[in-house]
Amino acid sequence: MLAFLLRRLASLIVTVWLASIVVFAVLQLVPGDPALLMLGVNAQPDTLAALRSQMGLDQPVLTRYLHWAGALARGDLGVSLTYARPVAELVAERLAVTLPLSLLSLVLSTAVALPLGLLAAARRGRGGDWAVLGFAQLGVSMPSFWIAILLILLFSLTLHWFPAGGFPGWGGGIGPALHALLLPALALAVPEAAILARVTRTAVLDTLGEDHVRTARAKGVGRAAVLLRHALPNALIPVATVLGLQISFLVAGAVVVENVFTLPGLGRLLYQAIGQRDLIVVQGVVVLLALFVVVVNALVDIACALADPRPKGGES
Amino acid sequence: MPTAKPRFTLAAATILALAVQGAAAQSAMAQPRTDLVVGMALEPPHLDPTAGAAGAIKEVTYANLFEPLLRVDGDGKLVPGLAERWTVSEDGLIYRFSLRPNAKFHDGTAADSADVKFTLDRARAADSVNAQKAYFAPIAKVETPDPHTAVVTLSRPDGLFLFHMASGDAAIVAPESAATNKQKPVGTGPFRFDRWVAGDRVVLVRNPDYDGVQPKLDRVTFRFVSDPAAQVAALKAGDIDAFTLFSTYEALPEFRSDPKFTVTVGSTEGETLLSTNNARKPFDDVRVRRAMAHAIDRQTLIEGVLYGNGVAIGSHFPPHREGYVDLTGLYPYDPAKAKALLAEAGYPNGFDTTLRLPPPPYARRGGELVAAMLAEVGIRAKIEPVEWAAWLEKTFKGKDYDLTMIAHTEPLDIDIYARPDYYFNYKSERFNALNDELNRTQDPAKRDALYGEEQKVLAEDAVNGFLFMLPSVTVQKANLTGMWVNRPVQANDVTGVSWK
Repeated sequence: MLAFLLRRLASLIVTVWLASIVVFAVLQLVPGDPALLMLGVNAQPDTLAALRSQMGLDQPVLTRYLHWAGALARGDLGVSLTYARPVAELVAERLAVTLPLSLLSLVLSTAVALPLGLLAAARRGRGGDWAVLGFAQLGVSMPSFWIAILLILLFSLTLHWFPAGGFPGWGGGIGPALHALLLPALALAVPEAAILARVTRTAVLDTLGEDHVRTARAKGVGRAAVLLRHALPNALIPVATVLGLQISFLVAGAVVVENVFTLPGLGRLLYQAIGQRDLIVVQGVVVLLALFVVVVNALVDIACALADPRPKGGES
Repeated sequence: MPTAKPRFTLAAATILALAVQGAAAQSAMAQPRTDLVVGMALEPPHLDPTAGAAGAIKEVTYANLFEPLLRVDGDGKLVPGLAERWTVSEDGLIYRFSLRPNAKFHDGTAADSADVKFTLDRARAADSVNAQKAYFAPIAKVETPDPHTAVVTLSRPDGLFLFHMASGDAAIVAPESAATNKQKPVGTGPFRFDRWVAGDRVVLVRNPDYDGVQPKLDRVTFRFVSDPAAQVAALKAGDIDAFTLFSTYEALPEFRSDPKFTVTVGSTEGETLLSTNNARKPFDDVRVRRAMAHAIDRQTLIEGVLYGNGVAIGSHFPPHREGYVDLTGLYPYDPAKAKALLAEAGYPNGFDTTLRLPPPPYARRGGELVAAMLAEVGIRAKIEPVEWAAWLEKTFKGKDYDLTMIAHTEPLDIDIYARPDYYFNYKSERFNALNDELNRTQDPAKRDALYGEEQKVLAEDAVNGFLFMLPSVTVQKANLTGMWVNRPVQANDVTGVSWK
């Protein structure tokens, strides 16, 4: 087990290091000068040179990479070229939007999808099953941004229950902040819930056909108990795997939904930073996202091992 | 059941609380509001107007947070800023500014002539990162005979010096706060900085210690919404009170027909051009450039791009300014004439070229239309959409392009045609001579006449395709007054805004 963990850790570090090289190299190749973007079309050559030197862009490429990667290894993400603020601070600020948004939609989608999936499996081929499958088909077919627009039309423009976008910040209290996040989280949650409900249904149906479930039934265990105690725990492994994959998609989907609701999340920070050629911010955010995906995948593997209800072998 | 009672009381209390809240909200309705939410498409990268060209910086800070020595008002006139009076010597070399005696920075320190000297010297220093450093180049020295007087001596006369000293790039800053203005701006204006929720909004509050006229608003929030659909939704939901430089033109009829909103269409300084590489074949031939001018139907373009909310131009000068000469009739839309000119230049079958388009909707939409119009006369332009960074690098800096479409938004910037390395690659002795004379001329009437001559030279040479002026469109709540209609400088000056 220890060897397995060490191997995972090593591959994690190598992956993130490779990501840092790729993003740095790509940004060198893409045309665009952050100093020129900052100073615009009337900038004089001497002003541009002064700003480039202030930004450290007058150094050779390799020096800049080593400088940045060295600091990164020590946990220092550097200072944004445009905002003149530490990248870590910017990221933390934006994570305070993207993370609660993703978590909220994860909770919403799981809370809806698991019962629906179980219900469909229990009522296989009957009305309830068809209703869930219908919802799933519809949910998968509708992209988040479109659901977002529908939600805005109904809840903001017609009913005036929610703002049509924007984020007041956590400084104003938890209430208004959650109020601003609920519609976007819902928009993200619907397609998630649709996928999860289908996966849950299939996984539960699969386990319902297995020997240990038949044995349990033969022993006279009730329908509900068979579903909850015998089928569901086994079905959770594929569900957790899909959930892990979905978390990466949630962050990606959040970028789009953040734009529709003009939420100041990580996605929009990255988008703006690319436009501004804020190399330090783009590099930092991409490396962090790579780290995030790798860590989530590792955690899912571990979670699957833990969720496996078969007796643990122990180390022999 | 024992639990039923408390539950009932809780419900009753909630209803009561809601009722009280409603009553409070109603009594608040009787008073005019003193807060304002302004929508903008782009977020400023930072809030120091003396260290960046992004228009959004000035749209938040100009006149609200920071004051230059002079200000430009909503009609484009020069009015007092931090300086309440100024005089110019006969030879146009010595400018004497008298500052407001009680002016203070938001941190409580006095705003005096030492700050003026610091600001101007910093902007023209060797390590200056001022986006308009050229504005300060004529300054020879800045003297401070007393705390309320600053005397600026120029090395050469500059007819635009006062105009430039009224720009956001010349906002007066203090040595104590200059380094941190990007994040915590400290100016002398009637509003002070409250907070910045990065990615979402900047909030300003009234500065009770302001020594001039107090604004009517207590709190101004600038919200940044880039998505066109989200802009419309935020206005309709009532989240935003006024959206400036609104460019979702197709939504305007809807707002115009709704009595809750007022739509104003004013002027900007943005000459929108089909910029042409004058050094590259076949565009080095004036007949080819004139053929393109005849091939473009400006009215159709204005209908298609701006839904009719724009004014055609025939040279590089805004129609609302003194000195404007109407040259839109010089090359009327005439595809047959265009083809004849192309044939005369040796291109009877037209030619292939590329049209590079930066991100703004006017360019992307307008570019499609221009390409279609050029195709009618045989000029097959391949469209190449690029992002800003790439546009600046390849087109503007690298001058590696055939045609591109772009609005030049700096006020009174006709002198760019005299710059030797400008991306148009245009060289004209005649124009340069006029520009030199203009720089030496102080008399307004003579200056206007020279501007007129310059416009004619550019139109005759058909340097670029001169298309239209970008409009300044504001969608606002109907009971809001005092918003600028025109945009003589990049600014959202809300110091005179109030609710009816």
